[in-house]
Amino acid sequence: MDMYTEMILDLYKNPRNKGALKNPTHESKKINPLCGDELCLQLIIDDQKIKEVKFQGQGCAISQAAASLLTDKIKNISVDEAKHLNKETVLELLHIPISPARLKCALLSLDALQGALNK
Amino acid sequence: MVSKKKFPIFEKNKKLVYLDNAATSQRPQSVLGAMDTFYKTTNANIHRGVYTLSEEATKAYEKAREKVAEFINADHSEIVFTKNTTESINLIANTIKPLFKKGKDTIILTQLEHHSNLIPWQQLAKKNNLKLVYIPITNDYDLDYEQAKKLINEKTALFACTYLSNVFGTIIDVKKLIALAKEKEAFTFIDAAQAAAHLPIDVKQLQCDFLAFSGHKIYGPFGIGALYGKKQLLEKLEPFQYGGGMIQSVSYQDATFANAPQKFEAGTPPITGAVGLAAAIDFVNENGLKNIQKQEYELIAYAYKKLKMLNNLELYLPPLEKNGGVISFNLKEIHPHDVAEILNKDNIAIRAGHHCCMPLMKKLNKTGTCRISFAAYNTKEDIDKLIESLKKVQEVFA
Repeated sequence: MDMYTEMILDLYKNPRNKGALKNPTHESKKINPLCGDELCLQLIIDDQKIKEVKFQGQGCAISQAAASLLTDKIKNISVDEAKHLNKETVLELLHIPISPARLKCALLSLDALQGALNK
Repeated sequence: MVSKKKFPIFEKNKKLVYLDNAATSQRPQSVLGAMDTFYKTTNANIHRGVYTLSEEATKAYEKAREKVAEFINADHSEIVFTKNTTESINLIANTIKPLFKKGKDTIILTQLEHHSNLIPWQQLAKKNNLKLVYIPITNDYDLDYEQAKKLINEKTALFACTYLSNVFGTIIDVKKLIALAKEKEAFTFIDAAQAAAHLPIDVKQLQCDFLAFSGHKIYGPFGIGALYGKKQLLEKLEPFQYGGGMIQSVSYQDATFANAPQKFEAGTPPITGAVGLAAAIDFVNENGLKNIQKQEYELIAYAYKKLKMLNNLELYLPPLEKNGGVISFNLKEIHPHDVAEILNKDNIAIRAGHHCCMPLMKKLNKTGTCRISFAAYNTKEDIDKLIESLKKVQEVFA
């Protein structure tokens, strides 16, 4: 199966939840050392629930699509649930084969989410 | 043109279009064969045994040192074998400080530097409270030589610079910069990791104090690098690492050390690596660096012409006559990783990312670029295939 499915390309061109939040309660910025891409993820957490989420940053189609899918997934779920999301969650969401070299791209937004939640 | 047939990798990977030579080159059979033969016929540790085999191994190792010396017009006593260029830079960055004269408190680098010729000096500066100043680049991806004149001054303790940019391919006029630094009595270090396979190097003409390159970027093996240092300077430096092979005499409480270059080669060195590097230099000499340079220039010009015909392509290229075999570009709105990934499907290997030049990428306001880099075995057909594949990438993202 090809990596550049319609869904991935569509999310690359039309990302979801991209932008900045005015009053984030949690925030984390991560860098992919492989390519230097930066991804900043912001959350508004209220009553142990993720109320709002946005991400910013440039990246490849894989990292951008993963960020769109992951941010969609965590909206309105509990912090506890979000903390349990892992690599498999993201790979399932992407639904494409990811080569070892590109795993870092795919998991950049998850890394940022975990960073934000552990602050 | 050097035939791909001399390189076994292309036999196994017939469709491979290898355009990541700035990262590492492929090795000809002559290099692989020389190393194989060494292991099969001459293998023993050096400078140790009095038996014939050890003597032969020592001879092969020291012959390789002579070969490297000759290659850059140095004396064999001025060549230290290291692991790679990074280790060579670390060796000097860790030992040079006691030679800095009073009042000299600045290290000058350029904005083009690879992390390997940046972080060791950055650490040296941090630990000793020295200033770190960078010669800026111009809009056409060259160094700003006018600024260099102003920045290199009496306070300059050391000037370190790449000979050939691994991102833009720019050939740096290091001779001019070394002269500026010498005028101010600063030490000079040239990172020739990229240059060695593409430009003839003459340390006597350059007048640099130190110069380093790696075997694996010049058709040789991984794990071997050569550091050149002026003899009188190498003698003054303290050892970098300690152990066997670098001593004169040892007691339980003290030790005295061998002369350079052995002083800097603690432990069993990469002996087979040295043999392989010597064979790689033979390979380059047989084909002629000037011929290789001429062929590569033709490839650069051809690639430039073809790339320019593509829509939505941004090139980061100095004037062609200043290019030493590297082209960086981006397809608009497409991340370099995605480009490289799709090219890989067509067996085309290019580099995508920051090329170990994160500060430079930040300056360009890019997270990365696509980079193609040539070696003696590349052909115009390689470039044609690249162009066709780049068109495919654009179709995927259209």
